[in-house]
Amino acid sequence: MSDDVLAIENLSAAIRNGPTLLHEISLRLAAGEVHGLVGTSGAGKSMIGRCVLGILPAPVRVTAGGIRFLGKQLVGLSERDRRAAGASLALIPQDPLSALNPSRRIVSQMTDVMRLRLHLSHAEAYARALAMLDEVHIRGPQDVLRRYPHELSGGMRQRVLIATAFACEPRLIVADEPTTALDVTVQKQILRLIRELQRKHGTSVLFVTHDLGVVAKICNSVTVLNAGRIVEQAPVADIFLRPQDAYTQALFAATPRYDRPGDTLRPLPADFA
Amino acid sequence: MAERGTLRHAAKNWRVLMGGALLLALVIAAVFAKSLAPYDPLDQDLSAQLAPPDWHFAADAHPLGTDSLGRDVLSRLIYGSRVALTVALVAGILTALVGTALGLAAGFFGGWADTVISRAVDIWSSFPPVLLSIILVALIGTGLWSVVAAIVLIDWTRFCRVVRAETLKQRRLDYVDAAIVAGLTPGRILWREIVPNILPLALVLLTLEMGIAVVIEAILSFVGLSISSDAPSWGGMIAEGREVVHEAPWVLTGAMLVLLATVLGFNILGDGLKAELDPVLR
Amino acid sequence: MLARRILLRLLQSIPTLAGVAVLTFVLVRVVPGDPVAMMIPPGADDAAVARLYAMYGLDKTISQQFLIWAGQALGGNFGISITTRQAVTGLIFSRLPATLELVTVAAFVAVALGVAMAVIGTRFAGRAGEVVVDGITGFFLAVPDFLWGLAFIVVFGVLLPLLPISGRADPTQASGLSTEFTLIESFVRFRWGITTDVLAHMAMPAVALALPLAAMIARVLKSSLAEQMGQDYALLSRVKGFSRWHVILAEALRNAAIPTVSLTGVQVTFLVGGTVLIEKIFSYPGIGSLAIDAVINRDLPLIQGLILTFAVIFILINLALDLSYAALDPRLRHG
Ligand SMILES: Nc1ncnc2c1ncn2[C@@H]1O[C@H](COP(=O)(O)OP(=O)(O)O)[C@@H](O)[C@H]1O
Ligand SMILES: [Mg+2]
Repeated sequence: MSDDVLAIENLSAAIRNGPTLLHEISLRLAAGEVHGLVGTSGAGKSMIGRCVLGILPAPVRVTAGGIRFLGKQLVGLSERDRRAAGASLALIPQDPLSALNPSRRIVSQMTDVMRLRLHLSHAEAYARALAMLDEVHIRGPQDVLRRYPHELSGGMRQRVLIATAFACEPRLIVADEPTTALDVTVQKQILRLIRELQRKHGTSVLFVTHDLGVVAKICNSVTVLNAGRIVEQAPVADIFLRPQDAYTQALFAATPRYDRPGDTLRPLPADFA
Repeated sequence: MAERGTLRHAAKNWRVLMGGALLLALVIAAVFAKSLAPYDPLDQDLSAQLAPPDWHFAADAHPLGTDSLGRDVLSRLIYGSRVALTVALVAGILTALVGTALGLAAGFFGGWADTVISRAVDIWSSFPPVLLSIILVALIGTGLWSVVAAIVLIDWTRFCRVVRAETLKQRRLDYVDAAIVAGLTPGRILWREIVPNILPLALVLLTLEMGIAVVIEAILSFVGLSISSDAPSWGGMIAEGREVVHEAPWVLTGAMLVLLATVLGFNILGDGLKAELDPVLR
Repeated sequence: MLARRILLRLLQSIPTLAGVAVLTFVLVRVVPGDPVAMMIPPGADDAAVARLYAMYGLDKTISQQFLIWAGQALGGNFGISITTRQAVTGLIFSRLPATLELVTVAAFVAVALGVAMAVIGTRFAGRAGEVVVDGITGFFLAVPDFLWGLAFIVVFGVLLPLLPISGRADPTQASGLSTEFTLIESFVRFRWGITTDVLAHMAMPAVALALPLAAMIARVLKSSLAEQMGQDYALLSRVKGFSRWHVILAEALRNAAIPTVSLTGVQVTFLVGGTVLIEKIFSYPGIGSLAIDAVINRDLPLIQGLILTFAVIFILINLALDLSYAALDPRLRHG
């Protein structure tokens, strides 16, 4: 389908002179869709996100396959073209503390991207930053903009990052475990916020998580990864009702069910860990 | 068996080979100075003052020229390697012994020993070494042995700091606890369990330290605080060559190049050894 | 706030200075070697010799000598240099500006070169560029400033005679200035012919001093830049669409500078120590070459004055480093 926002086709990536990290990954994301990437730690979830965003670690290379974003092939572009093509891409990172530069005020970290991508003036960018902070339900936005990251709470930082991610009206956002580093109560608010903004702006989201409970809350469809390979790919309802693969079933078994409080956490069988 | 494999592997490392070759040349020059040098390094030939290098291989040619007293530069360079090698070995090894012993003591025993030694290291290494060495030699008097003493006094901290950190690391590993449980005395544990693990690291540091010692001696000879200026030493030749650099640049150039080659030799060998031993050190 | 912090640090350094003063006074006096004896002409009568000793105060006990010396030192009088017969204070002040200008230029060169190497090495991480930068860094680090100075003399002073190999300025040109800060004064008074001349004299000693420090800065800064470039904010900045150059220079550099300053700061004082030798090599008229001559001639009053001067410089450098942390790291600014 040509109207897919993102189409990853048989993507493989490897460490130079080293092991292959991703094996022939394919997945499609329609406009406004939220697609979950699940799997245990080290499965390669973040690596897929980084392939899409063009920020692979130095020793890792795409060895085969392609990434089509808004109809444009991203693999093989020069770095400059790649940056231009990334104008409609954004990232909500995992650790909101390390994702904000400790020596720069919030205002400059929010407005720099608007000035670069949307060519706004200082004043326009400032106004837009205020509006975006309002969208993520931050009170006293002027005050927050003046602050340094270490002066904000974890939840506030993540809201700032979400506001920044949506600020340039991206078509696709990669959210890499956006709630993992947060308190449980804050996690729920943040999830709700991402869902709300995603619906409002019609943004597609590639949602990386190791938590199937989160997938159930936010995703339309899901890809289950193990050791760099896709083990299952289906709409969320299907996966939850009829998990086909043994690995997926094991993942479920290891996920605490919020709806069944008495349920205890079972460890993942050793051969999947 | 494994050790021999490591050594053979080390020999294949180009840095070990290159550094080793440079230093082998130094050792050969020092040991066979008498037969290698074409002239007596002290022989003055006032008819051939500041003679330029002469490559005609005539019987009375000076391949690297002569200095302002007509002494043969090549011969003085060859004999100067004796001073360099002596300082490298004596000062290097003494520094290593003192620094390693104090580092082991601080790291193994901890407590007040560690406090005192670490504090001394901090204070000591906050002084600029060149300034300190000049002041020290001025205080304890000039001469080769004062230079050696000054080098040991200044540079023991290099070993102490690193060995202490490594000992602390080893101390936390299980085998030391196992040895304590087995009832070994601290001295035995230190000698049998910790020292062998520190050794590769100390060897790398020693190699680098020897290069530093040679430079410090040259510096002190250069400012006139080491051995007497008649005796052939590279630092002395540098001082003299600096005076006549416009008339006879070969004196300074020759001494500078051999000093450079020696320093690089020790550094390259040290880096090569470090790369080789790194898996051992983890 | 800032002024109070500076004042506090200066007050704290008084005991340090006093300690250095006592220590050098005692050390210099207990060691063997009699500087006055070297000045006595053969056949001088005992009364004349005694007068000479009295003139330098060397006939009193060591504690008396110290009290006299300390009292005068507090008034800015560090005695008379034994070899030059000039007042130590005046001698040091006439030589100090040359050293300060040399060290400042060398520090700028070291920082500029070190930062440039670290940034280039980071930009080309994992590629040939990084290997080249690491190789250069290793070489700069292995060769001490002493050898750089000598090599420069041979190459740029003699083989390709581009630069003067001794002195500070051409004396026929550098007249008519009223301070010893020749570089600064000639610059602000638009006598740029002198400025160029002073810089030409300074080029080789400054670069020789700077190269090992530059390599040290490059190595520490590069590894701390690598760490910063792996942080999420650097990745995020690249996702936002900024180039690697921008991310390194505008985002990571400042954060990477904080650990670099604390790890290489003490090396700046070593740079000052290095002037002793470099000034000697280039016959540069600063306090470094003065110090070597003083040590060799056992000129006690001058040695003491110089050691205290160095101590003051080190204290000021450390103060400046301390303040630079707060300037770099917003987390340290309050509290
Ligand atoms: N910077 C890197 N360099 C080399 N390999 C990496 C790097 N980061 C991650 N990897 C490897 O890539 C694989 C996938 O990692 P990642 O995508 O981060 O897993 P996760 O699914 O937990 O997000 C892992 O095996 C990991 O060891
Ligand atoms: Mg991950």
